[in-house]
Amino acid sequence: MEGNASRAEHGIGLMDTAMEQVPAIEAIGVTKVYGHGQTEVIALNDVTLRVARGEVVALLGPSGAGKSTLLTAMALINPPTSGQIIIGGELVMDGEDAKIDLRTFRRKHLGFVFQKANLIPFLTALENVQVALEINDTPAHAARERAMYLLDHLGIGDRAGNLPDALSGGQQQRVAVARALANNPSLILADEPTAALDSHRGRQVMELFAQVAHESNAGVIVVTHDVRALEVFDRIVEMEDGRLLAPSEHTGAGTH
Amino acid sequence: MNLAVRDIRHNFSRFAFTTVGIGLLLMVVMGMAGIYRGLIFEATLLVDRIGADLWVVQGNTRGPFAELSRIPVNLEDRVRALPEVIRARRFVNHSIQREHHGKPLRLMVQGLAWPDDKGEWVSLVAGRPLGQAHFEMVADRSLGLALGEQVTFGKDVYRVVGLTTGMSGIAGDGLAFFTVSDAMAIQFDTPSEAIRLERAARLARTGNQDFGRAQPLLLERAGGASSGISELPQPQVSAILVSLNPSADVNKIISTLSTWSDVTVYTAQQQRDLLLSGTVDKSRRQLGLFSVLLIIISTIIIALIMYTLTLDKIHDIALLKLIGARNRVIVSLILQQALIMGAFGYGLAWWLGQYLFPYFPRRVMLETPDLIKLAMITVLISMLASLLGIWKAMRVEPNTVLA
Ligand SMILES: Nc1ncnc2c1ncn2[C@@H]1O[C@H](COP(=O)(O)OP(=O)(O)O)[C@@H](O)[C@H]1O
Ligand SMILES: [Mg+2]
Repeated sequence: MEGNASRAEHGIGLMDTAMEQVPAIEAIGVTKVYGHGQTEVIALNDVTLRVARGEVVALLGPSGAGKSTLLTAMALINPPTSGQIIIGGELVMDGEDAKIDLRTFRRKHLGFVFQKANLIPFLTALENVQVALEINDTPAHAARERAMYLLDHLGIGDRAGNLPDALSGGQQQRVAVARALANNPSLILADEPTAALDSHRGRQVMELFAQVAHESNAGVIVVTHDVRALEVFDRIVEMEDGRLLAPSEHTGAGTH
Repeated sequence: MNLAVRDIRHNFSRFAFTTVGIGLLLMVVMGMAGIYRGLIFEATLLVDRIGADLWVVQGNTRGPFAELSRIPVNLEDRVRALPEVIRARRFVNHSIQREHHGKPLRLMVQGLAWPDDKGEWVSLVAGRPLGQAHFEMVADRSLGLALGEQVTFGKDVYRVVGLTTGMSGIAGDGLAFFTVSDAMAIQFDTPSEAIRLERAARLARTGNQDFGRAQPLLLERAGGASSGISELPQPQVSAILVSLNPSADVNKIISTLSTWSDVTVYTAQQQRDLLLSGTVDKSRRQLGLFSVLLIIISTIIIALIMYTLTLDKIHDIALLKLIGARNRVIVSLILQQALIMGAFGYGLAWWLGQYLFPYFPRRVMLETPDLIKLAMITVLISMLASLLGIWKAMRVEPNTVLA
């Protein structure tokens, strides 16, 4: 509990500075409707969420609440039906309209981690990280060094030359995390990244996100079901039926 | 980092099998071009090597290769009498098929106007040129005859005294060189019984007529060899080869010969063109059509394999898009694989060809311009074949990664 308290204080301190900053991401009045008529599903219903730089937010909610839809909308791979997405102060999506080249933007500013590691099977662990750097115009040699640094940092430097097939689920997921962090993104989005991991590994990954957020001042949003690791988050946001619950409606991290 | 090569390494066996298949197809295409060159080479070998400036053939014919040409041997002397003509030779050339050691032996009989033409233009790999007027032959190696071997044609036995290599006629049969008179003897060989009957018939016809009965000498001649009867037509040859003084005005001699109503004259180049437009042209089109078909098939195979290879990694391509890879990265991944497949297929085709083509029954000649052309075609079809995969890759949405 002491650890949580100090984490909370630390978090508050960060929040103070974050307030003066431009938020890492703002989703304003975002609505997403799938299908029409009989099959219409309102997956997001007027959702507004701001995440500051350096802030680590957990997104909780039952299955079908719309968490993945919100995350992919913010990740610029699933355009909202209406509402705005502003990243680093720049209006990126206005309804379904992209205001900039999304792929370039993703490459430069966003990092993703998914439930599955989604590594490229014909590339080694090192190359899976390296490729993210190289497509962002990092020279091969520098890309290699940074990829190696990240893998070392994540404790899998010794597996750098292995293909994904030869890695355990946890190791694969850590490679995916390294890939997400490779280009120093200003926003990291993770959708149930620890679902395939045991609780110890899961917690390690969560702590890593927190560490990166604090060290490199990136906003982090993590969708998770794992209530055991919640104390690493600065803030917890809950969703239900396509809406965010008011802060009073959810219980704080400290009580878990 | 090269994604194409890494994916190939990962999918090596499938890639290798397809490449081998493409390689074999390209080898056949390469072989087609080579066979065509070989056809031209074989068809024109004689005309090119025999070194005649003019070909005098039967009037109004395109002989002796495109059609039958028959002219009397004494034309040789008439031509020789022209100014500036330094040499006139009879041309006798025909294909025969005989049994030899129980196996069919097909050869093209080429007469040499011995002793005038001893066959200096035929390069020997073993033995010696013809040394006597009869019963010797110089054979091409492809006929499988050994030096000193005896072969029976008609009523005579010929001995192989020299061997050549790479000398074959229009139909691809190996050439065998004889003196002109031997070549004619082989050509006009008639069974003894037929000759005996012919002589008996002549004797009977002459004996039934007054002048036959009145002149015993005539009767005696009628029952003998046909060459002894001046009234019978002289033996004929296919053409007369004319060599001119290097300083001679060719056109003037041609116009002189053109006034002879019983012959037609061609330059060596015209003879060459006649050969190619007649015999070779249809084969060329045939081979060309096959090549085009095979190239289309190769394109389809590469396209299908590129498509399935792309489908196999469509998830990875979506991921690349998701993490922001430019289209260039994805296009070059597919394009490079197609090009690598084409390049290795081509290399394999060439390499295999070096070993296999010499065993083909007809000459296969790989010429650099043809090889370059096929290389460019391979690059082109590889690019074309990658379009389907590229199209598929361009359409995939990055969020399919999440599905
Ligand atoms: N591509 C889609 N087409 C139609 N409906 C979808 C699609 N994706 C999600 N949904 C629906 O939207 C709602 C929210 O889904 P999702 O965002 O995946 O929820 P969560 O991630 O919280 O489980 C669900 O009712 C789901 O069935
Ligand atoms: Mg989900």
